[in-house]
Amino acid sequence: MHWPIDLIVLTFVIFCAIAAISVKDLLGTAILFGAYSFMMCLLWAIMGAVDVAFTEASVGAGVSTVFFVAAVFRTSRRTKD
Amino acid sequence: MKFLGFIVVCLTGALLLYGTGQFPAWGDPGSPASTHLSNYYIEKTVEQTQVPNIVTAVLADYRGFDTMFETSVIFCAGLTCFLLLRDFTEKKERFYRHRPTGVILHVKDSEKVLKVGKEFEHIDKDFVPSDLIIKTVCRILIPFIQIYALYVVAHGDFSPGGGFQGGVIFGSSLILLAISYDLKTLVERIKEKVLGIFAAVGVLIYVGIATICMPMGGNFLNYGMLAPLLPGDPRHVRALGMLGVEIGVGLAVMAVMAIIYINIVSEGRHDEGL
Repeated sequence: MHWPIDLIVLTFVIFCAIAAISVKDLLGTAILFGAYSFMMCLLWAIMGAVDVAFTEASVGAGVSTVFFVAAVFRTSRRTKD
Repeated sequence: MKFLGFIVVCLTGALLLYGTGQFPAWGDPGSPASTHLSNYYIEKTVEQTQVPNIVTAVLADYRGFDTMFETSVIFCAGLTCFLLLRDFTEKKERFYRHRPTGVILHVKDSEKVLKVGKEFEHIDKDFVPSDLIIKTVCRILIPFIQIYALYVVAHGDFSPGGGFQGGVIFGSSLILLAISYDLKTLVERIKEKVLGIFAAVGVLIYVGIATICMPMGGNFLNYGMLAPLLPGDPRHVRALGMLGVEIGVGLAVMAVMAIIYINIVSEGRHDEGL
């Protein structure tokens, strides 16, 4: 029985997604996207799609967060809206 | 306008949620996806390709075309980043640091690059001396990350992983080097040209292996035709073909990740960054 883990992780996914679009600080948004990707990676792993989870962990949570941080470093840290 | 957008988003979300109600239950053996193709793959993969990881077999062999163009897309992403961001104009302001004393020399409006001795180093405008702890920890970690990346590429046939994941992990070890020291360290170790060549060679390895199959008498990407060229048991030839292809994908992805990072973080100047 692993359904409670499922639900907890899903709650975290939704929480991270809503936080990522409502936070004004873009650096914080990048970090929240990383957390979101990691939670999605856990979900894939729970569903048994280990290859997809591996890709999500290395690309989504790893490299793309660094790209976002690099882009924020070269533009502005706060959103206009 | 914002309110209208909110309503549209809510409507689309409600429609999507309504649509998911028609999906087959998760893991349902009677769903269309599980009754047609999946059975064939699960029953025949090990017999036909000798590869225990079905996902790798599907990605690199049964759906080889798909992965080939995916690799081309990655290559195009790196190329686009290079073409859009790369900036070849030299900066007029430069900073040099005298290593023994730490005195910083600020050169303004110099048309040509100064030739400086070994005791000076060319530094960033917002230069901060690298932290000893971070440098040491990363110096210890990076070789292990790279060996792990090679393991992921080489072991993709047997366990989760493959060229794409391995390439990304190798690329992120390079990015870690750039973050813990500075960008110049990375650019000096791996030249821009080398990265570009790696990205192109990765795609060429994939296409090359696929093309060699044609003069050997098979279709494009039919690794079974490579049997006379490869040593060992001819039954393993498809697994070896997949390994070659994965190495190509890994090379391309590794180089492209580094190219994108270097170009974004230094605004295309390749001199200073995070």
